[in-house]
Amino acid sequence: MKYVDEYRSGDVARKVTAEIETLLEPGRSYKVMEVCGGHTHTIYKHGIEDVLPEPVDLIHGPGCPVCVIPMGRVDDAIAIAERPEVIFTTFGDMMRVPGGNGSLLDAKARGADVRMVYSPLDALKIARENPDREVVFFAIGFETTAPSTALTLLRARDDGIRNFFAFCNHVTIIPAIRAILDSPDLRLDGFVGPGHVSTVIGTTPYRFIARDYGKPLVVAGFEPLDVLQSVYMILQQIVDGRAEIENQYTRVVRDSGNARALEAIAETMELRTTFEWRGLGFISQSALKLRDEFADWDAELRYTVPGVRVADPKACQCGEVLKGVIKPWECKVFGTACTPERPIGTCMVSSEGACAAYYNYGRFQRRLETVDA
Amino acid sequence: MEPRELAVLAAVERRRRLKPKIKDELVTLAHGAGGKATHALVEALFLAELGNPLLDPLTDAAVFRQNGASLAFTTDSYVVKPLFFPGGDIGELAVNGTVNDLAMAGARPLLLSAGFIVEEGFPIADLRKVAASMGRAAREADVVIAAGDTKVVERGKGDGVYVNTSGVGILERDVELSPESIRPGDRVLVSGSLGDHGMAIMIARGELELEVELESDTAPLHDLAAAILDSAPATHCLRDLTRGGLATALNELAMAAGASIVLDEAAIPLRPEVVGACEILGIDPLYVANEGKLTAVVPPEQAGAALEALRSHPLGSAAALVGEVTDDPDALVLLDTAFGGRRVVDMLVGDPLPRIC
Repeated sequence: MKYVDEYRSGDVARKVTAEIETLLEPGRSYKVMEVCGGHTHTIYKHGIEDVLPEPVDLIHGPGCPVCVIPMGRVDDAIAIAERPEVIFTTFGDMMRVPGGNGSLLDAKARGADVRMVYSPLDALKIARENPDREVVFFAIGFETTAPSTALTLLRARDDGIRNFFAFCNHVTIIPAIRAILDSPDLRLDGFVGPGHVSTVIGTTPYRFIARDYGKPLVVAGFEPLDVLQSVYMILQQIVDGRAEIENQYTRVVRDSGNARALEAIAETMELRTTFEWRGLGFISQSALKLRDEFADWDAELRYTVPGVRVADPKACQCGEVLKGVIKPWECKVFGTACTPERPIGTCMVSSEGACAAYYNYGRFQRRLETVDA
Repeated sequence: MEPRELAVLAAVERRRRLKPKIKDELVTLAHGAGGKATHALVEALFLAELGNPLLDPLTDAAVFRQNGASLAFTTDSYVVKPLFFPGGDIGELAVNGTVNDLAMAGARPLLLSAGFIVEEGFPIADLRKVAASMGRAAREADVVIAAGDTKVVERGKGDGVYVNTSGVGILERDVELSPESIRPGDRVLVSGSLGDHGMAIMIARGELELEVELESDTAPLHDLAAAILDSAPATHCLRDLTRGGLATALNELAMAAGASIVLDEAAIPLRPEVVGACEILGIDPLYVANEGKLTAVVPPEQAGAALEALRSHPLGSAAALVGEVTDDPDALVLLDTAFGGRRVVDMLVGDPLPRIC
């Protein structure tokens, strides 16, 4: 893995950190939000907060695909999974997310046929191999995973596979960023932009962030040096008095995105008028549903689901965590009532969730800082 | 950093040290993964009902004295899919796994039992292959399979074949191996590259469409353990790195010892194939199972000798010193990253779940 090692060098990290130091205005602190859960994971896994100068505070944003799924949708998924004719397929991360009445893992223990897959194409393969069963794929994620769902739907249509259904929960990143920017209780200095999402949508959709809100955004890769360099680029913009959309992840992301992926999404899916995000509430035009042409593969039309909005547990502050208003440890139930073993909120489930990342990776390094100080 | 954050973290650590409770109504797959859910099940259910001084320490094997001899006793069940995989099969695994549990207690393995639960319709030829491979492995480890049992269950009620082996060994050295004897300053060694078995199995299942040449590391470790104990008789603890990998094993040791362990990421031996496959799947190789690797916790003055002994043995040629025990009482495993940061390496709840993107 030479390719990866290059982007994890401690020596280079120290050089970049020294460069970042030179950009800091004495006495000022900087709040930079990484939108994407993949970045949150990288930040904690490599201990980037230990390397960054103290005045730079990384705020973990809403881009964890598992974290934003509301409890009601998990209940709907479980209702579908518990039908005897259904084989319910899902990404592994989703298995432990609690709904109003347990998780998919619990439903599996009760007898539901729930299977973990790595891609929707695996689900389609299961459908081919089990013509007498109905195979449902729990489609979740941002523009990163939507194209693979779209391509699978096109394949199902072209190959005439009629026992495959998608339970579509795909969401779009731009409305979430706008919701964050419109949130009155948060003051951010800039964004580390999502890398994988941007490979699909490109960098142009972010322009309003610089133009209308005057904030810099730098699209970043997922290696620790990528994140560090992006923070440097954001601070350089601040020093220069610029607010622009820049691309650090040029080895993968093109400004125009991936036209084929966007076409596949557009051919199979369209915007919902509104969709509930866990912790953020209903955001208009923020999610995708299957187009009428794909009604025959739409699990939402095929099955009656409870479709009930389940309020988050009172103690849960996932919303504030997702918006970066509070740090994970500031949540009332963090690490006590809400743990990775027994999560109350989604942020504690996926390792991309801010709470789980902090609990699993970060809760000690901060203690050390204090002990040292 | 605020005092409030410190207070929250102190509450988290207090909670972590509470005796685990089991709140689930049904057994889930997480209970079998070796992580926190397994611990809760074992401690809150099995130890509550079956606990006794031999069982309570939850070490790899129970050690007891009988008529002047020190004996070790252990058992393990083997459920693996696929049954035959690059580098081994369920039969070889069933012998080596139990041999290794005895070896980690410092014992020389003597006797094994073999129990087979076979599914109706399972090919006789495959069963013979499993038995033959058990025979080979037993001869190689110099143990006798002295008792056996066979049950057949209806089609669909088993996964081909499950194997259980129990083992008895004898302690011929005057060593005191237990997590409780681990002290701050001790060095942590591993006997070779981590995660080979677990990734070989995942790849052999063929669900990932990854083409990686990787073999299980299944091997009997009694000879390697003896080599360590000969060169470093003050060794405090040996542990094989099976289900849950190095991360889980070290968390168990840290908890039992009431001390913390700091690992050096750059020193941890990993094959590039394992790193690559784990990277693609979003899995941390520190949690991936091994079937032929151990960790030794050795006082600093004998760490060099132990490492030398490991490296001179064919099963330990890639051994490395990967960390150190510290006096932090929070019983955490920490990792100094190659990047220059530090993070916690916690025990997982259940199986490592691949990330989405």
